[in-house]
Amino acid sequence: MDKIHLQYNVDGEDFTLAGEASSDVRRVLRKLGFDGDTIRRAAICMYEGEINMVIHASGGVIDVYIDPDSIEIIMADTGPGIADIEKAWQEGYTTASQTVRDLGFGAGMGLPNMKRYSDFIDIETELGKGTTVKMIIKTRS
Amino acid sequence: MRIRDVRDILEAEVLCGEEFLDHEVTSACGADLMSDVLAFVKDQGILLTGLLNLQVVRTAEMMDMSCIVIVRGKVPDEKLVDFADSRSIVMLRTPYTMYTACGRLYNNGLVGVE
Repeated sequence: MDKIHLQYNVDGEDFTLAGEASSDVRRVLRKLGFDGDTIRRAAICMYEGEINMVIHASGGVIDVYIDPDSIEIIMADTGPGIADIEKAWQEGYTTASQTVRDLGFGAGMGLPNMKRYSDFIDIETELGKGTTVKMIIKTRS
Repeated sequence: MRIRDVRDILEAEVLCGEEFLDHEVTSACGADLMSDVLAFVKDQGILLTGLLNLQVVRTAEMMDMSCIVIVRGKVPDEKLVDFADSRSIVMLRTPYTMYTACGRLYNNGLVGVE
């Protein structure tokens, strides 16, 4: 299998649409025959990231590279950046609005969940410039 | 346990996915915080929630959950039911509260994921 590249523009205007890209990647991974555990881990990581993009950064661009051994997800936005990255890694820390919390997110579990289920995660962020999150999910066979 | 049994135990109404009622489920999760659901990667068949928005269906989809139970008799709008239907997810509505609904299922052998 050649490396597959997928790219998505995430709309930051509509919270109800958040997850479209993750849903599509999940479908592609299923079609390619990846195992359930790998698909779920990739889907969780990307979905949490996608939600973050929508609620904090007004959308962005997601690149996904798929090969048989790993799924690489790169999420780039031009949002406000993360002011305190150390705190953002902590479970329960959040800067989300009450509106977002009412929708079932913004509980401060996004980055911890992404860290828990990816094999590699790196975040580059600059205040006022934006944030890029890179994650790698390896297949376990 | 089959989803059909879940329906009976919770005296629930089937809103969509009638054709999947014989699907077997072995565990469940009750939450209004979707990130809490996403914190457990293991197989969970059922999501019990009082939250009514599209992200509930998305979360169930990401987690390969086959059934969503809306608790406390809340009425989801048509769009939400259609969305669950499009993802082949059964949607049930029970008059019981979250605590009671979870308790009834647990008592009947449907465990959580720890």
